[in-house]
Amino acid sequence: MKIGVVRFPGSCDEVDALQAAERVGDAELLWYADHDLRGADAVIIPGGFSYGDYLRVGAIARFAPVMEEVERFARCGGPVLGICNGFQVLCEAGLLPGALLPNTSLRFLCRQVGVTVASVDTAWTRECTPGERLSIPVKHTTGRYYAPEPVLDELEANGQLVFRYAPGENPNGSARDIAGVSNKGGNVVGLMPHPEHAVDALTGSEDGIALFRSVVGAAAALAA
Amino acid sequence: MTVLTRHRELGLTDDEYELIIEHMEREPNEVELAVFSLMWSEHCAYKHSKRLLRSLPVEGGKLLLGPGENAGAVSLGGGLACAFKVESHNHPSAVEPFQGAATGVGGILRDVFAVGARPIAILDSLRFGEVERSARSRYLLEQAVAGIGHYGNSIGVATVGGEIYFEDAYEQNCLVNAMCLGLIDENRLMRAAAAGVGNVVLLFGARTGRDGIGGASVLASAELGELDAAKRPTVQIGDPFEEKKLLECSLELLDRDLLVALQDLGAAGLTSSSAEMASKGEVGIDLDVRRVPLREADMEAFEIMISESQERMLCVVEPARVDEVVAVCEKWLVNATAIGEVTATRRLRVFDGDALVGDMPVTALVDECPVYELDPVAPSVSMYPAPPAAIGALDPGDTLLALLRSANLASRRWAFEQYDCLVGSRTVRRPESADAAVLALPGGGAIAVSIDGNGRRVACDPYRGAVEAVLECSANLACVGAEPLGLTNCLNFGNPEKPHIAWQLIRAVAGLADACRALSIPVVGGNVSLYNEAGAGPIFPTPVVGLVGELPRAERSGRLGFVQEGDVVAIISAGWAPAATGSELAKLRGEAPFGDLPQADLGELRTLHAAVRQGVRAGALRSVHDVAEGGLAVALAECCLAGGLGARVDVGPLGPSGEALLFGEGPGAFVVSCDAGSLRAFGGAAVQIGTVGGDALAIDGVLSVPVSELSAAHAGGLASLLD
Repeated sequence: MKIGVVRFPGSCDEVDALQAAERVGDAELLWYADHDLRGADAVIIPGGFSYGDYLRVGAIARFAPVMEEVERFARCGGPVLGICNGFQVLCEAGLLPGALLPNTSLRFLCRQVGVTVASVDTAWTRECTPGERLSIPVKHTTGRYYAPEPVLDELEANGQLVFRYAPGENPNGSARDIAGVSNKGGNVVGLMPHPEHAVDALTGSEDGIALFRSVVGAAAALAA
Repeated sequence: MTVLTRHRELGLTDDEYELIIEHMEREPNEVELAVFSLMWSEHCAYKHSKRLLRSLPVEGGKLLLGPGENAGAVSLGGGLACAFKVESHNHPSAVEPFQGAATGVGGILRDVFAVGARPIAILDSLRFGEVERSARSRYLLEQAVAGIGHYGNSIGVATVGGEIYFEDAYEQNCLVNAMCLGLIDENRLMRAAAAGVGNVVLLFGARTGRDGIGGASVLASAELGELDAAKRPTVQIGDPFEEKKLLECSLELLDRDLLVALQDLGAAGLTSSSAEMASKGEVGIDLDVRRVPLREADMEAFEIMISESQERMLCVVEPARVDEVVAVCEKWLVNATAIGEVTATRRLRVFDGDALVGDMPVTALVDECPVYELDPVAPSVSMYPAPPAAIGALDPGDTLLALLRSANLASRRWAFEQYDCLVGSRTVRRPESADAAVLALPGGGAIAVSIDGNGRRVACDPYRGAVEAVLECSANLACVGAEPLGLTNCLNFGNPEKPHIAWQLIRAVAGLADACRALSIPVVGGNVSLYNEAGAGPIFPTPVVGLVGELPRAERSGRLGFVQEGDVVAIISAGWAPAATGSELAKLRGEAPFGDLPQADLGELRTLHAAVRQGVRAGALRSVHDVAEGGLAVALAECCLAGGLGARVDVGPLGPSGEALLFGEGPGAFVVSCDAGSLRAFGGAAVQIGTVGGDALAIDGVLSVPVSELSAAHAGGLASLLD
């Protein structure tokens, strides 16, 4: 089991994601300019400021050479997780529905929040229990989840709303308290909170490890 | 304008100009004059502070790299080193706060990765005018905090701590000091000395433009005046994405052993970086400015030499390795251009294509700037007007609430939530959870860091105020269980040519030196920022101290909040004599900052800090908080707020429960909570005063305030002043 973590110019949390992944299996950084996932069984698009967030968050990274491979991998059912900037990139790439808009405060916000697991039918949450509350930090300026109402209804009906901010803890004005969503297949998940920063009680919380454990099981199931 | 007066425009005196002619053995041309004016500016030459700085202890303990390098460094044991430094970006921030603060962060990051260390943490120390009364100060605060966040967040280095204070004395001249820490294998520390005649001098990073021209001489070495909008073009513009690539690229170049020397381009740009590299290596450097990649095609030679465009580094490379260096730069999408070579001439020669346009002896540039004696006179009355009284006579409960609500003591959450304090996954203690930030290291240990400097107290009594800044940081480190390893400082003062400012500077440096010696803490380097004054007068003298320490077990790091009902509350103290002078309460009451501060017995306090540190390391203390601004009552309230628990205490065992005891300030006391039995180890230094529990802070016979009320005052404080 190997998790690949993409590194773009301007990625910031790729080493954190790598180390979090190493707690559950092998992990390797994937270079943005390579057309190569190096045999990864799951891929993480990490947080940070790829290409300086210039033009529009995630808009340039979405065209990086490695993303062609990520898209192919995702469309074949491979597990892909986008964290924060990675979520934005996956939305830009059309692998996930919706878009991320500037926080209602218009400011960067770094805060530990409560996140409830709304769907356990994804590659990245299958080890969670429905309704489970995780303590995970958010840190972003552009994290307000948006999609048109009919799309939100459809996502909800399909069980594609994977994470919600706990009541009263929505930090950015996201529609319906949405913190993370999946594609229809449940193999591609994106979320604004940072599970890779919540894998050790020493640094605040270990609740985020559940996502990494989940994908190990998902990859095994996929291989079987 | 003739050359005869041109030097004055550039900030050089007539005598200095004569001296330059002597060293040059002729009149300098335009390029040379521009180079000299920067190298001989206060910012680069420390001409009013050099003698004083020599009194600071710069040796001993675990020091690896002392003053004079891009950043200092101390050993953490196990082959790991911590490089760190604090630097000011005051005048640029006063003129353009967002970019001024952002590039302040960018500059200190480059200093740290120039020695090869990976930056892991940023702290900042900020001073503004009174946000309650000043719209300009609110603007400066909001923009400076946003600028710091923009740069630090985007580059992926955690901003883990800092301090912000508001005083009228900073109304026209705010302070923005930024500190950075980095980690490196101690055998791989990189120095900035150019070496190897014939080696290639290579510039890499952003293109060079006209931004920041004259920053070091115009902004950093003169008082601010009325027409500061006209100085806006002298402020540099930051691009954290460029710096992120530059950081990764530099570390990869060093990791692959491709460089002979590395230096960042900061104040005075190419001029000071090349001159200093040549000076340290006792060599010469030839540069061709025409090879420098430009943002604007028509730049003149002198402009290229003095531009302070950000996100640039200069390195020395063996000719055979140039291709490899360029390849690494290309991988990181970073420009790299060979612009010169190392020579044996000991001269800095500037070419514009084939034409030699500047030729200067390196020693004259770097070492021969005249150093001035200060002419100190102690003031007999306060140099600063009394602030308007904000409160009158209140009962102790309302006094406590007024203090917690005041801009200086209210929660900093509004600011620190705009900073990523987590990236790197090392942050064991976040802001407002402990007195110092704690960052985990591989192997189970941790480093702790604190930054502090109380200008009002230094204004009262420069010597003891500066001593207190060191003690405060040392106490903060003790609270998390850390032992100090090294100190960096930024001396923010007014115009040193004025006798009262000279006196403040001399007394404050003496205080820093004595405190560092008494606590056996080496000074690894720092920065001096003088001429911080404008029409309304000087800033408070503000020596800002950054202290780095280590602790063996990260999981034992102390916390400040009460955590367990039934724990005893105690004061652990030595020579603690809190007094009203220079306190936050005195300020709210409208008293001018003047008069002696309580004397500190440094030996006794060193022992006290060691005992507290030991208690934390042993796991005997469940919470520890140093009694500082606002005094004992505020410290108790902060312990309640951080833990969400009340306490019932009786301060009778400490002395008469007057205002001096409750709200007076002075070094030497900690509020702790623990099992009753744990206090025995502290002997007579510990006095039990109460118990953790309930939902109010109750001081017998004095006050009783629900924690929810404390919280409303404290949490709302700063944000409510801004929104």
